[in-house]
Amino acid sequence: MSTPPILEVTDLKKHFPLRGGLLGGTTGYVYAVDGVSFSIAKGETLALVGESGCGKSTVGKAVLRLFDITDGQVVLDGKRIDDLSSSALRPMRRRVQVVFQDPFSSLNPRMRVRDILAEPIRNFGLAKDAKDLEERVAKLMDTVRLPRDAVNRWPHEFSGGQRQRIGIARALAADPDLIVCDEAVSALDVSVKAQIVNLLQDLQRELGLALLFISHDLAIVEHMTHRVAVMYLGKIVEVAPKRSLFAAPKHPYTEALLSAVPVPMPGMARERIILKGDVPSPIRPPSGCRFHTRCPYAFDRCRSEEPKLTHVATALDEGHVAACHLHDRPAAENPLAVAKGAALVAA
Amino acid sequence: MPPLLEVENLQTHFRTPDGVNRAVDGVSFHVNAGETLAVVGESGCGKSVTAMSILRLIPEPPGKIAGSIRFQGRDLLTLSDREMRDIRGNEISMIFQEPMTSLNPVLTVGRQIGETLRLHQGLSAKQAEAKAVEMLTLVGIPEPARRVREYPHQLSGGMRQRVMIAIALACNPKLLIADEPTTALDVTIQAQILELMRDLKRTVGAAIVLITHDLGVVAEVAERVIVMYAGKKVEEAAVSPLFRNPKHPYTQGLLGSMPKLGSSLHGDEGRLAEIPGLVPSLKQKIPGCVFASRCPHTTDLCRQVAPALEEKEPGHVAACHYAVKEGAIAA
Repeated sequence: MSTPPILEVTDLKKHFPLRGGLLGGTTGYVYAVDGVSFSIAKGETLALVGESGCGKSTVGKAVLRLFDITDGQVVLDGKRIDDLSSSALRPMRRRVQVVFQDPFSSLNPRMRVRDILAEPIRNFGLAKDAKDLEERVAKLMDTVRLPRDAVNRWPHEFSGGQRQRIGIARALAADPDLIVCDEAVSALDVSVKAQIVNLLQDLQRELGLALLFISHDLAIVEHMTHRVAVMYLGKIVEVAPKRSLFAAPKHPYTEALLSAVPVPMPGMARERIILKGDVPSPIRPPSGCRFHTRCPYAFDRCRSEEPKLTHVATALDEGHVAACHLHDRPAAENPLAVAKGAALVAA
Repeated sequence: MPPLLEVENLQTHFRTPDGVNRAVDGVSFHVNAGETLAVVGESGCGKSVTAMSILRLIPEPPGKIAGSIRFQGRDLLTLSDREMRDIRGNEISMIFQEPMTSLNPVLTVGRQIGETLRLHQGLSAKQAEAKAVEMLTLVGIPEPARRVREYPHQLSGGMRQRVMIAIALACNPKLLIADEPTTALDVTIQAQILELMRDLKRTVGAAIVLITHDLGVVAEVAERVIVMYAGKKVEEAAVSPLFRNPKHPYTQGLLGSMPKLGSSLHGDEGRLAEIPGLVPSLKQKIPGCVFASRCPHTTDLCRQVAPALEEKEPGHVAACHYAVKEGAIAA
């Protein structure tokens, strides 16, 4: 474990100003991401899970540097990228690519597949000459299991799953070290989703890619990632190797999330925790632990003091951290001390 | 007792510039009073068009609905528009997928719930508002007396879906058609809405036709299931046998291609089963089995002769030449 991580994010914050008022001044902030730290090793898949509005896509965009961050650090392969000028950033951009959710709006309808794939290759000057360019495009089509002669066609001639393959090929064209997959399989039908999940897993193994896999689908996350980070309202509340997380969640939010996923096994008896209410507004996040307003186990300390991510001992793997005051209590008063993941997900 | 709804040989076709699209092609099923029937399938299999056809919400032309849809003994396809209006929202109502776009943004929630009550039950504005507050309480919205005067944009996605359910249930319908009612919602909110639907079914007693692509949702709320593929019903069974012992290769493929929660704990982390290829175009007539082009067990027979729906086990129907009674595929 001595190799440095490909990506290291430290105390990342992104606050979006709210404009309004008489003179159009700033009237407040949306605390979309409010102090998030994590790292991804080379060739590793880290999943970022959470519900709409928890800030998971904002983290993805910050890693891609699609905007300037409010505070914190993003370090790519030992080099800090969040404060680079746009010209200094250019060579680093090649190394982090993205696959978007919607394969219908993320491909330019006026470009042929060949041009979509050639653009990043030209942009980063990766091809020696026209013949090399053509060869690289053809290879990309092989990599994503599309026929080579399809390069002359337009995006609208493809199905959703095929378009997502083109989107993946475009991300691979720049020969990246890390790909941010922002809900990359969420918009696809079940049978096509399986094809794309298998493809991503194959590519990761073949090319040694690291993936930041942003998703709300816990079953897919469990299937294809190594480690999982759970976000709630702009904060990471738990990070763990997946087996440890699914066997014994150590944050009440993770526990509720797991129990809420419908499981395709009729009549299965399982423990179900139904959270009350909605996610609070990130404009005025709750005091103390942000989850205390919906947490079934909240006590006084949760309302005033914010819990920090700390190491939690588990039976399974090392490296399980969670931000919850329950773990400071004696085991008898900690409902998360026992491993009940199996009761939550499947008997 | 005859079933509440009986759909027979439903065919909903659309005329398009490049040929007739057979969105629904000869589908038959029934719904008993008070039961929950799930209609499952992927995009384009015809499940939503089936739902819209029952309520006759398909614009004709370019659409054309044929077959028969008997609801409480009356064939809905023979009713006048006026008679049909008396049924929609009153005896049969519908919940749509998008709670954001299916509510009117310029009317208060109370007006929208009250609208159906005033139209169908002739309540006064005041009575309708009182009933709207009652409905909001029923679907678990806090502070209903205040919320009833709010506009949709003031509510969260989960609350809007609760309002949609309140509208649908306002007139005590006998049949509720829910088209992907939780697809646009987050899992914790989805769990709330599914719980609400289960509770309401007990208290209100309406039959539900649940249209969804999510087999997890099906397993949680349905009693009986129809699997659709390319405009046809390919399998039908009670929910447990369907999941334990699916007969049609398409259903088997669908179940196999879904990762299961808890897979890392059981060590079954191999590759997901893929269904290769794509759904066929509905504009060409398919001579044989609609699934033949993607099925791992296809033979010449499948390509030439369309399999009929056969009862493989009591109450378990599938359209496959090879799905034998024991459930194994002989190929």
